[in-house]
Amino acid sequence: MMTELSLNVLDVANNSIRAGADLIEIIVQIQRELDTLTITIADNGCGMTKEQLQKVEDPFFTTRTTRKIGLGVPFFKMAALSTGGTFRIVSTVGVGTTVIAQFKLSHIDRMPLGDMNSTIHTLITLNTQINFVYTYQFDCNQFTLNTREFREILNDVPLNSPEVSEYIKEFLEENQNETDGGYLV
Amino acid sequence: MKSLEELKAIREKMQGQIGIRSESSDQTRVIVGMATCGIASGARPVLTALSDAIQTKGLTNVSVTQTGCIGLCQYEPIVEVLEPGKDKVTYVKMTPEKALEVVEQHLIHGQAVKKYTISEILG
Ligand SMILES: Nc1ncnc2c1ncn2[C@@H]1O[C@H](COP(=O)(O)OP(=O)(O)OP(=O)(O)O)[C@@H](O)[C@H]1O
Ligand SMILES: [Mg+2]
Repeated sequence: MMTELSLNVLDVANNSIRAGADLIEIIVQIQRELDTLTITIADNGCGMTKEQLQKVEDPFFTTRTTRKIGLGVPFFKMAALSTGGTFRIVSTVGVGTTVIAQFKLSHIDRMPLGDMNSTIHTLITLNTQINFVYTYQFDCNQFTLNTREFREILNDVPLNSPEVSEYIKEFLEENQNETDGGYLV
Repeated sequence: MKSLEELKAIREKMQGQIGIRSESSDQTRVIVGMATCGIASGARPVLTALSDAIQTKGLTNVSVTQTGCIGLCQYEPIVEVLEPGKDKVTYVKMTPEKALEVVEQHLIHGQAVKKYTISEILG
């Protein structure tokens, strides 16, 4: 099991990377009025057939070869369902995959969101060939980080160069703070 | 809202410098296992500690990358160090603290930290 939901996000986004995606969108929405936390991870990777999709929530399905069971998706699903939330995957071969997990925000069994910024920073700086669009929404406020925007400005300066890596860290932290006022999700 | 102007300034500064970091053959590669097994046992803070230390020590010849499950789930977090012309060193059950020792002793001083390697732990 994962101790914070941001680790599930890192893990599930790695499925998108393995699926050959070059664009991954991650959306975290906290809506206190509705008592929900919704996490969406959408990619334009290889997608799954109907048969694969039916099996993906089952631990005994994996296309990896190093180990006989796949745990990433079942862990994430379990984390959502144990709060009385919902879990859904939509996938089309050749188009991509979208995973949506909804949690009951106030449920005692809901894992803390944890360090989302660390997850996003790790994904961006370790996978500079992929574009990421990350949106963080807290009630009526939100911010978006779009690596395509950064790239346009940076030209050929890499996203993982020390100065840019530091900038991304600060961008995430400052914007999250402005968006949620430091609320511990 | 952090401004994109700052990013422009970074580009202007960096573009003036010659030889922006390039992946060359004399690069040392540090590879962190980031499958479910790795992440669940603490790979993310290990990776952050490695990247931060490599950056602050200015080790421009070292790059950090990730890999999936290599089939040794019970030994995660796993960190592999690949130096050009040397055998691969596999560190197991890593923590951020152990990772800093590896940066200091192995990456900077060229001495593998034997006590954390898989060969040592498997006996
Ligand atoms: N975004 C995706 N695009 C295409 N296929 C996917 C995607 N997500 C999951 N899959 C398929 O579902 C399988 C199961 O995924 P899951 O994350 O549960 O386990 P895994 O990645 O195989 O192993 P691990 O336990 O390391 O996560 C994958 O092996 C892959 O074949
Ligand atoms: Mg997975």
